[in-house]
Amino acid sequence: MTASFHVEHATRASRIGTAVFAVAIVLLAAAPAWGGRDDLRLLAEIYAYVALASLWNLLAGYAGLVSVGQQAYVGLGGYVLFASTIEAGVHPLLAVPVAGVVAAVVALPAAGLLFRLRGHYFAIGTWVVAEVFRLIASQISALGGGSGISLPAAIVTEMASSRQMREYLIYWLALALVVVVLAAIVLLLRSRYGLALTAIRDNELAARSNGVDVTRTKLVVYVLTAFGTAMVGALIFLQKLRISPDTAFSVNDWTAFVIFITVIGGIGRVEGPIIGTVVFFVLRQTLADLGSLYLLMLGAVAIAVMLLAPKGIWGFLAERFGWQLLPLERRLRFASDARTT
Amino acid sequence: MEWVNIIIQGVLIGGLYAMFAAGLALIFGVMRLVNIAHGDLIVLAAYIALMTTDTLGLNPLLAIMIVVPIMAAIGYGLQRALLNRTLGDDVLPPLLVTFGLSVIIQNALLELFTADSRRLRAGAIEVASFPLTEGVWIGVLPLLQFVVAIAVIGALQLLFYRTALGRAFRATSDDQSVAQLMGLDNRHIFALAMALSLAVIAVAGVFLAVRTNFDPAIGPARLIFGFEAVIIGGLGSMWGTLAGGIILGVSQAIGAQINPGWQLLAGHLAFLLILAVRPEGLFPKVQG
Repeated sequence: MTASFHVEHATRASRIGTAVFAVAIVLLAAAPAWGGRDDLRLLAEIYAYVALASLWNLLAGYAGLVSVGQQAYVGLGGYVLFASTIEAGVHPLLAVPVAGVVAAVVALPAAGLLFRLRGHYFAIGTWVVAEVFRLIASQISALGGGSGISLPAAIVTEMASSRQMREYLIYWLALALVVVVLAAIVLLLRSRYGLALTAIRDNELAARSNGVDVTRTKLVVYVLTAFGTAMVGALIFLQKLRISPDTAFSVNDWTAFVIFITVIGGIGRVEGPIIGTVVFFVLRQTLADLGSLYLLMLGAVAIAVMLLAPKGIWGFLAERFGWQLLPLERRLRFASDARTT
Repeated sequence: MEWVNIIIQGVLIGGLYAMFAAGLALIFGVMRLVNIAHGDLIVLAAYIALMTTDTLGLNPLLAIMIVVPIMAAIGYGLQRALLNRTLGDDVLPPLLVTFGLSVIIQNALLELFTADSRRLRAGAIEVASFPLTEGVWIGVLPLLQFVVAIAVIGALQLLFYRTALGRAFRATSDDQSVAQLMGLDNRHIFALAMALSLAVIAVAGVFLAVRTNFDPAIGPARLIFGFEAVIIGGLGSMWGTLAGGIILGVSQAIGAQINPGWQLLAGHLAFLLILAVRPEGLFPKVQG
């Protein structure tokens, strides 16, 4: 018998969801026309968090690699951007993918060491790697040592001569990056690796016994995540125009927030980090005055979600109403079905 | 002679790291839980000691008597109310809940005590020292802390292998469901293990607070030191954590001597080196 079936990813809900995404991207790309400078900055920050949280979700939610040290790659990306533009004269926009490539190369030996740590200890190991990066960055006097460095004006104007055009450029770059990251994750999850990852997420032992090369799959995800995280990091610090070891390798900014966003939105689902980021920014805009109390409350909410609704907001909605915004399902459609549907 | 002094300093601070590590290794051994809030709980113990000495006018070393039971009670309560719910095959819930706890403790301490750095004053003992040989001096306080660390680890070892509670810990560690069938209440055993872990780090927290300045943000680095000592020493071995702590302390002391900025980096590199050449640690547990 020839293959009389094909795999279908889209559902009615996901077709609507994809259409909504497409319209949203067009509207957001036009933001310079309808938004002020502050809106653009805020949106770019939101994109950065959606990208970081989606990448962390891929790592922890799918591959089971719970890292509390992704600030290592955010900071590395930022520092590679500053180093390559200042020391090697690389164009700042080209420096963003360069940062990703450098991080991917660094991630290989790092994974070689970290993968020796089993389960829980892997998490703290990732933190050690981030600390090592931070301490090394603070020893490099050419990049300002412990106090950090600003991007020289000549390099800033290299992007575009007018300030407004630069802001637009960075904004579009941030939007493009988050769209690429999300699209790459959706495509990855629809590929063979995605099937392997979903299997690992659901039951690592069962995945292994069905022939999934778990270590290799995890390595691929770890390196890809480092690549994406560093590009986001490079862009974040290109927008800030200043970098220091403490801001670049901040565990609060680049890991705690990212973890809380993913857990609250829904871990192990692509839509989760998007919902989580929206919740995070709504809370932040209303509660920002509370300072450290805000972080305290966020931690408490994340613990409550983890214990009471471990699949997060999106997991709850998806199970209750069968919603799915992205075409990620796998359904076998047989040839005989085609006539009836 | 200068180097001898440096290495002795490193060995003695290693005792403190061993106490950080022993608490971490203990709960991992019993219930496979890695407590990311471990370092912040050490700092919490330091602040509780600060409050006790401020209100009661006690010497900090006597305040240990008060801080230990308070931390043990916090540990028992934390495990019963929160952490027992996270245990299972999935590594995500315990890691994320203790990570959330870490952020909560840090920010609560920040709200209560501000970001100012604090220190416990222990009086004359702080600066007292005696000569070992010509040119080699040993501080009384670092020595006392090292002796206490050995005593604590020795006591844990005895408790694990010579008492009924230790047998219960080992039984739940080997097989939770069989231990339960034999009439052990796992939830209670786990809570006792956490209470013991926090009692150990209460001692460590007081010594930390007497030796150095502390503020609400220094917890994570303490977690990392304890973790590195555990991995260097080898999982599942209490005396191994002492060896791990000493190796970490000596590496940091040597690094600091070469360049003050390299103190922490040298410790991390020693850890990564051990991980590269001997991932099972220097003294792995032989029997299961």
